[in-house]
Amino acid sequence: MSQKAFIQASAEGIRQEMERDPSIFIAGEDVGVEGVFSAFAGAPEAFGPERVVDTPISESGIMGLAVGAAAAGLRPVVDLMFMDFIGVCYDQIINQMAKNKYMFGGKAKLPIVVETASGGGMGMAAQHSQSLEAIVCHIPGLKVVMASTPYDVKGLLISSIRDDNPVIFIHNKRCMRVRGEVPDELYEVPLGVADVKREGTDVTVVATGYQVHDALEAATELEGRGVSVEVVDPRTLSPLDTDTIIASVEKTGRAVVAQEAVNFCSLGAEIAAQIQERAFDSLDAPVMRVGAPFSPVPFSKPLEEAWMPGKDDIVQAIEKIVPVHA
Amino acid sequence: MDQPSPEKLIGMLERMMLVREFDEQAAVLAESDRILGAVHLYCGEEGSAVGICSNLTDDDYVTSTHRGHGHCLAKGGDPKQMYAELFGRTGGYCKGKGGSMHIADLDLGILGANGIVGAGPPIAMGAAFACKYQGNGTVAVCFFGDGASNQGTFHEAANMAALYKLPLLLVCENNLYGEFTRQDRHQTVADVAARAAGYDIPGVVVDGQDVMAVYEAANEAVRRARAGEGPTLIEVKTYRFYDHVGRSFGRLKRDPEEEAYWRARDPIQIFREQLSEQGVLKEAAADALLETVRARITEAVEFAESSPWPDPSVLLDDVYTEAS
Repeated sequence: MSQKAFIQASAEGIRQEMERDPSIFIAGEDVGVEGVFSAFAGAPEAFGPERVVDTPISESGIMGLAVGAAAAGLRPVVDLMFMDFIGVCYDQIINQMAKNKYMFGGKAKLPIVVETASGGGMGMAAQHSQSLEAIVCHIPGLKVVMASTPYDVKGLLISSIRDDNPVIFIHNKRCMRVRGEVPDELYEVPLGVADVKREGTDVTVVATGYQVHDALEAATELEGRGVSVEVVDPRTLSPLDTDTIIASVEKTGRAVVAQEAVNFCSLGAEIAAQIQERAFDSLDAPVMRVGAPFSPVPFSKPLEEAWMPGKDDIVQAIEKIVPVHA
Repeated sequence: MDQPSPEKLIGMLERMMLVREFDEQAAVLAESDRILGAVHLYCGEEGSAVGICSNLTDDDYVTSTHRGHGHCLAKGGDPKQMYAELFGRTGGYCKGKGGSMHIADLDLGILGANGIVGAGPPIAMGAAFACKYQGNGTVAVCFFGDGASNQGTFHEAANMAALYKLPLLLVCENNLYGEFTRQDRHQTVADVAARAAGYDIPGVVVDGQDVMAVYEAANEAVRRARAGEGPTLIEVKTYRFYDHVGRSFGRLKRDPEEEAYWRARDPIQIFREQLSEQGVLKEAAADALLETVRARITEAVEFAESSPWPDPSVLLDDVYTEAS
């Protein structure tokens, strides 16, 4: 166990799993120099260009490489540098990778991890800052993971590589520098299992990515004002662990969903819908959504700060549905 | 190249007949609404699938297209399971969940027909990557059309296959039409093979109506691939006897002289004549062979139509691979 940054823990998990299983290879743009976010730190030296494969800037080619190589028995980990680039290769992901299993009557097995970076806050503007998890969660056949802590990211990534399904593994950029205690050895965090990051009794905040940290800050702030906040991190967005979410809401009677993505047609909207379907009788207030406004991500710092949902938005959402003393 | 044995040549003719008869029957079944959905007929292009796949083993991979029945049969696919899939029955290759455009047989290296034009090249390139990575001497073949050669995916896959020297055959079946649009209205090059120069790989043009010409071109490309010399682009000049979907969809306006020219160059008839002249198979024996193929088709259709419909309870099966 030692202190590691999120992205170091992620890279360590891939490296250790590659040592264990020779059928795993990495492919993507600039992975030979560890990737632009250092998500593959140490891998080029450890495994060489045969297993850490630099690709041309050809996102459809990279995703097809993964589909074909997986169908032929390998376990590709491919890098989609920015999740915004999914527009370039969406067919290979949603029509090929996601559907082969079902379309072919169950015979295909595609153990693929697509690792990608999402989210804003870095002045990267409209085409390098989006949170597009909803457009992959919408597709049956894909699993979608978004970790928030260094411990979770390593264990979830190892589980994703070992999973026999295509997994879209989304790193929120602001999570990449979060530090925490991480075991030095291999371990799994199971897919499809949410984690209660903080227990509370008055309201449930279901938060994803960096919003988990915002929610934990909000919980600390509201604790001083007599409000007990429970924070649930789904960790896997598809399949979604609704049982854990529902159990929490049945306990607290109130729910806020917090995400960095645009609210409209988001995963948060889906979670809110499931809560009202399954826990309507437990609810003492409407389910609130915290998310981005309906615009592209702006560049200029004050505009991006105004756009970005954060701790204060979560506090305000809670104040609307929980009696809070000023 | 070693001269194929008489048995192999007769086997190739039989495969071509099987491909032809399969789709002629599929057309009849579609027109009488016994099977639903879009059925893209391969009739006229048999020389391509059979000429190429006769160089492959069960361990080699192919990716196919929406016009994929011929590729599947040429690679050794079972007509019973194929028809059952067209009928949407449980005995089909995909248990009725795929249909005509998604037939796959992973045990035979058939990585699937594909409903998306141009989706195959990156996937075949990936399979070829695995062949090289595993170092087992296998190769991958991507069948695609002149229309797909205008998709970026073709160019991405060609570049990456060349870059990594992958054991890949990019087989462009130029049947002169992308859906309903003639080649000279959708691209400026007459020979798709010319595009190989952009990736510094061999580009070969071959007469698709002459199965032995296709066989020989593929033989050399497969030899190169297995020897680690990288990919080859083979352009097979051929012709779709029928419309884009079914025999007559109604949108296609083709020059009757063009159709007559290609009809007179029926690859099965040409091969029959070659085998007869070589003394490998007399016309009467070829007729008898055709009768056995037709009997097999009849039997396969009967199998398919008597196969049970899927029960709605299986709707959500196989969306994901369950942990073992």
